[in-house]
Amino acid sequence: MAFSEAVRHSYHTDLDGIRAAGLFKEERYIHSSQSSDIEVEFPIGSPTRKCINICANNYLGLSSHPDVIAAAHAGLDSRGYGMSSVRFICGTQDIHRELEKRLTEFLGTEDTLLFPSCMDANAGFFEACLNDKDVMIADRLVHASIVDGMRLCKAMQDTFKHSDMGHLEEKLQEHQDKRFRMVITDGVFSMDGDMAKLDAIVTLAEKYNAMVFVDDSHATGFIGRTGRGTHEHCGVFGKVDVITTTLGKALGGASGGCVSGRRELVEMCRQRARPYLFSNSVAPVIVAGALKVLDLISATTERRDKLELNARYWRSLLKESGFDVKEGDTPIVPVMLYDAKLAQDFARDLFDEGVYAVGFFFPVVPKGQARIRTQLSAAHEIHHLDAAIEAFKKVGKKHNILGLGRKELMALCVA
Amino acid sequence: MDEISKVVRDYIIREYVQEGDDREVTETTRLISSGLVDSFSMVSLLRFLEKKYAIHIPDADATPEAFDTVERIVALVQRFRKAEVSSV
Repeated sequence: MAFSEAVRHSYHTDLDGIRAAGLFKEERYIHSSQSSDIEVEFPIGSPTRKCINICANNYLGLSSHPDVIAAAHAGLDSRGYGMSSVRFICGTQDIHRELEKRLTEFLGTEDTLLFPSCMDANAGFFEACLNDKDVMIADRLVHASIVDGMRLCKAMQDTFKHSDMGHLEEKLQEHQDKRFRMVITDGVFSMDGDMAKLDAIVTLAEKYNAMVFVDDSHATGFIGRTGRGTHEHCGVFGKVDVITTTLGKALGGASGGCVSGRRELVEMCRQRARPYLFSNSVAPVIVAGALKVLDLISATTERRDKLELNARYWRSLLKESGFDVKEGDTPIVPVMLYDAKLAQDFARDLFDEGVYAVGFFFPVVPKGQARIRTQLSAAHEIHHLDAAIEAFKKVGKKHNILGLGRKELMALCVA
Repeated sequence: MDEISKVVRDYIIREYVQEGDDREVTETTRLISSGLVDSFSMVSLLRFLEKKYAIHIPDADATPEAFDTVERIVALVQRFRKAEVSSV
């Protein structure tokens, strides 16, 4: 069918609907490498302006680390730019397998398989490993890519209230007639910055004979004493059956993801996971960079330690200034505003003050739970955070929200 | 009607309302469009209704709109209960 005027009009109507709902997303062009100090063009066509970046997943500050860049250059020289093939035809280099082995060792699992992204790992895993005799029981706040992956799988879907272990236990009891049960959770929840109760989940899984799946994308590299992830933090290292994670956040931030876990589950993915089978793997240049990242974070915990201190400092600055901050112990620090329009206005005003942060609102978070999600980095220095808090305070004063608690802020939202 | 309504409302409160959430659930409270129940979690409600009332609700009828209030869910259950009875 031709792309007729009627078809075009139909899409225009849909896009207008997205705009009218206040959900239209616009990119901002960054004219520098990823860092705590960036140069941003926004709105498009405006002159660039220097900003403090407080919304990147660059947790360990390795996105532009000179050693990682040098390793990536060397990888480019020795293994070339692209593979022009999927893994099982002629797209697997020795360094792909080397990275898988290094990730296995780092995560404390039995084997690992690289995917083009963690989105792909989550989209492909469930269909490859479970069938209609099984049940998947997911925390209600798991990442959208897990929801998509579950929808592609024939196993029964069920959910439990966010981090509610009593509810999870009820579900595990209810599904004892299934062949396999799999409990599914994020390690660190990306919007609230809270951590899964993995120790309790593993205990329940053992009691009710279930497997445990964790997406640790917002944890790998920095959560836990040596940065191995949520399983290390919760004292269940080696007891989680499947971990999916990303190279696109703390581990250099380029792209790529993996499924890491029980050998047989990883092998099932190699045989059946469609995003692995039908797309090229991570490019050699990224593999080389990621190997260097693992060298750096295995040699010292300096970066994750600094990140922890930065997160603690930032959290205290926000609280002292009178912001309503979600409790937590991770570098994701949501500043609660509750009202969607206020969150958008607040982010825009912060940008005018030289701080780049983003407002999140429904449907990304529940209605009436709008917020500015701030994310800390080991690349932040104290002066970045001190400057950022001045901007937050100025904008907070402008909107008369400093010192207001949850109920008062929610009342504003209704007004 | 009242009995089904109570069963549905009790299930929704037990299954979906998070501890500390003081929202009231009435016959007309928006469930899906308010974000109280998301389409991902709605599956367990569908399964509960099918099991409890021994009915089958086809995917085409199990829409977010049809599940958006207790009132509409009750109407849906009644419709399929009648259909089951007449097909016996």
